Amino acid sequence: MTLLTVDDLVVEHRTPGRPLVRAVAGASLTVAAGEVVGLVGESGCGKSTLARAVCGLNPAASGTITFDGHPVTPLGLRRRNRALAGIQMVFQDPYASLNPRRRVGAQIADGLRTAGDTVTAPADLLERVGLPRDFAGRHPHEFSGGQRQRIAIARALAARPTMLIGDEPISALDASAQAQVARLMRDLAVESGAGLLFISHDLSVVRLIADRIAVMYLGKIVEVGRTAEVWADPRHPYTRALLGAIPAPDGAGVLPAELSGDVPDPADPPSGCRFHPRCPVAMDVCREREPTFGPVACWLHEPA
Amino acid sequence: MSLLAISDLKVSIGGKEILRGVDLDLRAGRVHGLAGESGSGKTMTGLAVLGLLPHGARTSGRIALGERDLLAMPAKELNTVRGGEVAMVFQDPATSLHPMLSVGRQLTEHMRHHLGLDRKQARARALELLGQVRIPGPEAAIDRYPHQFSGGMRQRIAIAIALACSPKVLIADEPTTALDVTVQAGVLRLLRGLCDDLGLAVLLVTHDLGVMSAVADEVSVMKEGLVVETGPRGQVLRDPTHPYTRALLESLPGETS
Ligand SMILES: Nc1ncnc2c1ncn2[C@@H]1O[C@H](COP(=O)(O)OP(=O)(O)OP(=O)(O)O)[C@@H](O)[C@H]1O
Ligand code: SF4
Ligand SMILES: [Mg+2]
Repeated sequence: MTLLTVDDLVVEHRTPGRPLVRAVAGASLTVAAGEVVGLVGESGCGKSTLARAVCGLNPAASGTITFDGHPVTPLGLRRRNRALAGIQMVFQDPYASLNPRRRVGAQIADGLRTAGDTVTAPADLLERVGLPRDFAGRHPHEFSGGQRQRIAIARALAARPTMLIGDEPISALDASAQAQVARLMRDLAVESGAGLLFISHDLSVVRLIADRIAVMYLGKIVEVGRTAEVWADPRHPYTRALLGAIPAPDGAGVLPAELSGDVPDPADPPSGCRFHPRCPVAMDVCREREPTFGPVACWLHEPA
Repeated sequence: MSLLAISDLKVSIGGKEILRGVDLDLRAGRVHGLAGESGSGKTMTGLAVLGLLPHGARTSGRIALGERDLLAMPAKELNTVRGGEVAMVFQDPATSLHPMLSVGRQLTEHMRHHLGLDRKQARARALELLGQVRIPGPEAAIDRYPHQFSGGMRQRIAIAIALACSPKVLIADEPTTALDVTVQAGVLRLLRGLCDDLGLAVLLVTHDLGVMSAVADEVSVMKEGLVVETGPRGQVLRDPTHPYTRALLESLPGETS
């Protein structure tokens, strides 16, 4: 069952005195119940903006977001949007979702109250994320980054979300703890039948936990597919470049290929295919017309 | 030739033994990779070399930089070694960059302090360093602030600062973990090139065995405060002898292509 549908979404950032930034420029994506979708792409491509729009934190300029059959409208327009009660977000910095002044247990209890859950104790949730029960009586600052992020996940889960969104939820963690916490998020989401949209710049972690992967470039989803298939046979030249830049642990001492150039300024995107200035196989048509189809938005993969 | 030799390094903090006798050898022009899971002591080993262990840490063993033992060195002398002969780069470039100071100011202050250069000489060297780490348009970049650069560029600037005083030894702790793979590729190439061209001895701490495989010449694997395996990259990654190294390699998702 499809839980979340993002359809041709456009989100713009306006800063006085600066050109309009179209951070999400017509992106489409779905997440089903019990499914993990990994959203990857280089810094600044619009991943966070998309995630925030799904949570009602950024208004859509056009396009639609539907969650559980209800349209998502920005927060504050009509008090709390009904559709949003089922969505919980975990951020890169656990302090963004935890209050440093309140005890961990009390914050988890807030989530339980949202869900109308009167039987689960905060300590039960701590246990589920692999932390000792007695942490409930302590404050966030008493914990390491990894422990804080587990607490933020426990808090998010307490509200019994049907959709969990993690925006780089592991990147502030000690590198060797990242895969562990990512697996934990996957297991907990899938166990409870929730969907998980997992945003990360770490492709190897996404490969580990995502059922499907969506590759974003400059505000657009350029390729979507089952993780194993995309890995075995990446089709969009950008996906190829991304995967090609991952060094293989084969002991051969081969330096990974560099993708030349930076992500262009979204305030002034290239004409035609947005990837054409960096694409090694760009053709004439690429400079003039934008490939707006899926699942691979590239003129080399136009559906018949 | 060994530039930095760590022998039987033990560190305990609050009665807990964190390093239990680490031996490592860093050579000029070589990248020595240090792998191992969270809490195995990789970062502590790097911090010990830098004299940056947490307050109250007790140490024994020897960290020899040439004839000198860094563990026995007075704090003041160690301060000149750190940022001089021994430099560092961390996971988060924000650790090494001051948000309120221009890039040029951060680069030159370092050099004026350690090398005694005047303003003009320091600026010239700063421009040269920015070029060396391939920051586009060094002349304009030098007067900008860290937040005006992307993450990859910030890490390059952190590397430029680390190189400012021509170190012999560079400790790089997860230097590319926070970066996009496309950007990581460039930073790894940069590190490898600097190591080759400047004869730097690099200690590269990383949990990523792919990164290890791409740039390390020697690889050591740590577990619970001890180095359990050390050897040439090809041997450790293809034909590991320690069961723990094998387990680390087997936990990686299978190669499909
Ligand atoms: N509040 C804002 N005001 C103006 N521009 C913004 C704002 N937030 C983001 N942007 C711009 O929108 C674009 C997309 O940013 P976004 O944060 O969504 O990217 P991202 O993919 O999450 O990047 P990262 O991987 O670095 O987190 C960027 O060009 C960014 O500079
Ligand atoms: S449409 Fe053209 S420029 Fe764009 S990715 Fe495909 S081949 Fe490259
Ligand atoms: Mg983001």
